[in-house]
Parts: sequence; structure tokens; C-alpha cells
Amino acid sequence: MSEIKRKYVIPGELIAQGSYGIRGNMLKIGDKIYATRIGMAEVGTDTIRLISLNGSYMPRLDDIVVGKVINFNAFGWQVDIKSWFPAFLPAANVMGRDYSSARDSLASQLTLGDQLLAAIAGYDRTRDPMLSISGPGLGKIAEGNTVKVSPSKVPRIIGKKGAMINAIESGSGCRLSIGQNGIIVMVGSAESVSKATSAINLIESEAHSPGLTQKVHDILSLGDKSE
Amino acid sequence: MTNLIDSAGLRNDGRKFNELRPIKLEVGILKNADGSAYIEMGKNKIIAAVYGPKEVHPRHLVRPDRAIVKCRYHMASFSTDTRKNPAPSRRETEISKIIRQSLEPALILEDYPRTAIHIWVEVLQSDGGSRCAGVTAASLALADAGINMRDIVASCAAGKVDGKVVLDLDNIEDMEGETDMPVALMPNIGEVTLFQMDGIVSPAEFKEAFELALSGCQDLYKLQKQALFTKYFGTDKPQVQEGE
Repeated sequence: MSEIKRKYVIPGELIAQGSYGIRGNMLKIGDKIYATRIGMAEVGTDTIRLISLNGSYMPRLDDIVVGKVINFNAFGWQVDIKSWFPAFLPAANVMGRDYSSARDSLASQLTLGDQLLAAIAGYDRTRDPMLSISGPGLGKIAEGNTVKVSPSKVPRIIGKKGAMINAIESGSGCRLSIGQNGIIVMVGSAESVSKATSAINLIESEAHSPGLTQKVHDILSLGDKSE
Repeated sequence: MTNLIDSAGLRNDGRKFNELRPIKLEVGILKNADGSAYIEMGKNKIIAAVYGPKEVHPRHLVRPDRAIVKCRYHMASFSTDTRKNPAPSRRETEISKIIRQSLEPALILEDYPRTAIHIWVEVLQSDGGSRCAGVTAASLALADAGINMRDIVASCAAGKVDGKVVLDLDNIEDMEGETDMPVALMPNIGEVTLFQMDGIVSPAEFKEAFELALSGCQDLYKLQKQALFTKYFGTDKPQVQEGE
């Protein structure tokens, strides 16, 4: 990966010129590629990636998100997923297809204030996001602590092929579920949770700095020594 | 009437004809806003805040394909030498619209269907050219909010004072001078998003003033870029690194 060039950019700045594939947060005018966000551009041999450093969560199909039930009606729950629209979790998805609003009680499954891990099952520009909890590991979050980060930094917390999240999990000893909307659930002992929180906060505040992986390794192993 | 330009060619505050007032820019000064910026341009002190994208109220204003932009320019009661009535004046309503229109072309509104973006421009202390300073600060606040933008918008005025074309008029020059011409520019794309003018100029003077305003916008853009880099990358200089 030695040919990757990194560059800090602000909106409107020219990143590169040529026939590159682009992934999000960029604008192509002719063969010129401009940034549309503040972030770090990674220019590879034929693709450019722009990791933005701010902004709210934009729902995407199949994303795993952490949400909180804020309302419900006869047909399902309204879930706050920290985006500009609340998401909807249909009752039939939780109760099965023979759900009847007359027979079944929604509150028996999820009530106001419950946190849940869900996948975005449907979203397009014309509709509010639709959630689903049918999938491995999805559903109501029974225990754990949450920490919020900027959604744009979630890729840094996961790292290349999950390298960073594996480091945090093995270093702190607590289990993490990461929502793409920037809410992270940590399950483990109080001590391991605080260790993971400090690692996550470090990533959040220094997401753009080089040698981040090393710093996270340091903070986790330093925590070990001071025990 | 006092002389606005002395025999040495200096203006009432000692500037040369092509000099901007001292400028201070700061990004991310408000915690509650999604994006914010502060500008001092001469005696102007202005805060810009951006909220959104968020749900649209009232609902009938929703555009199914894009975000709507709402902007409010407001001068604090204590921003002028005599108390200003805090109710929105005709002038403030105009400037709100002007600021919105000069920022809208820079925003990629299609990325945020059915939402609203709110821009608040609050003038704490006013001098001439507060609409330009407002646009300059508001575009930084939008970038700080992480809204997709084609370009940053930089804005400053040019005009004619005592028969000479000058850059960045202050309040006295604006009142006593002949012409005021606010311009906003997207510096990378090279498109003008705001152009107003009052007073009379000859075609040659017009051209000179317009070019002067554009160069002033380019200078402002460098300061904007510096402000964003300072906030986000802890350095005021663009950097290129070779990867891992």
C-alpha cells in the first residue's frame, strides 16, 4: 500500500486529476476530483477515498445501527437512530407475519427507551428508514454501556478489516457492537468498559493523525501495566 | 465632509486602496450548533451557526428531492451606536435572503432530500460590509457542520470612495462614498454567487472594482482555509503525507 497518498482537504479543494474511481464525499467535474467535505483524502493508484471528519449519519441499506425506541403505534416502533429522520421498526418483523394488533402487545417485546441493534432494511430518498432485527446478533440490547462518536469516524474505529476493533476488544477485554450511526455498545466489566471508552475517545479526537493504531495499542497496554 | 482618502492615498483607517481590514476567523465556537464560525472583519463581529440537516417544519415546505435552506441575518440591539430595534427590519430580511442565495449554489442540497438546513447569522457589532462577513462566516459554519459542499464561499465588497476604486469598504466609506459593490465568490470553481451594487461607476471603474473584489475574495479564502485547517488538522498549512 506504499503508493497511497494522504492529503487533508476542505470542501472545494482539488484532490486529484485523472480517471479515478471515487467513493463518496467527492465531486467529479471533467477529470478533476474535488472534495465536498472536510477530511482526509486517500489517493490510491486508481481509486480515491475521502474519510470525512464531521457530519451527521446518512442511513444506508444494510447498515447496522444502534437505536432507541422513542414511540410506538399499532403497527410498530419509532426508533431514534441519530439521523435526521426517525426509523420505523414494523411489528411484523419482531412478532412474525401473523402479528395482529388486537391480539399481541407491542410492549411485551420493546418499550420506550429500549436500545436495540438493528439493520436498515429499507431506505431511499423518498421514505423514512425501515429497520429489521431479524439477523444474527440483532435485537434488543439487554445490557452494556454506550458511547457516542461522530458517525464519520466509525470506519476509523473499525479499522482496516476490523483491525482496530479487534485490538480494542482484545486489549480491554470487553465486547463491542458498533452502529454505523456512531453509537457503540460495550459489554464487559466496569474496568474493561472504561478502558475501551478511553481508546474510543482517543480515536475520536485524533482520527486524522498518523500512527493512530500505535497510539491505541499504547493506551490499551499502558492500562494493563498500571493495574 | 471629511476627506476619505488623504494625499498619500491612504484611507480613513490607514489602509491602502487594495487592502482588507484586519480579519480574524474561528471555526467551531458553539457546542450546541452542528457547525459554527466567528468572524472579526475590522469592527464587524459576527457569529454564524448552522443546524441540520433536520426535519422540515412546517411540513408543507418539504422538497422531496432536496434540502431547503433557511437563513436569518440579525443585528443585535447593541451592535450599533444607537440601540437597534431587535425586530427584523426590511434590511435584515433582504440580507437574510441574500446570504441564503449566495450560499445555496455552494451546497449539494440533492444529497439531503426532505430536510432543512438552518443558518443563523448574528451580528454582535456592526461595521460596513456585514453581509459579506456574514457569508464568509456562514460558509465556514456549513463546512464545520459536515454538509456536502461544492466549494467554500468567500465574500467581500469593493466600491468607489472619493473618486477612487477601493477594496472592503468600512461603515464611513459605505455611507459617504459613491459606490458599494458586495461580491461573493466560490474560489475553486470560479463562480460568483452574490453581486449587488449601488451608486454610479463608469464601465472601466466597474471592471476595476469587480476585479479588486474578486482578488479580495481569493485572499479571504486563504484565511478561511487556514481557519478550517487549524480547527481540524491542528496545523495552518495543507499537508501531504505518504501513506503507511
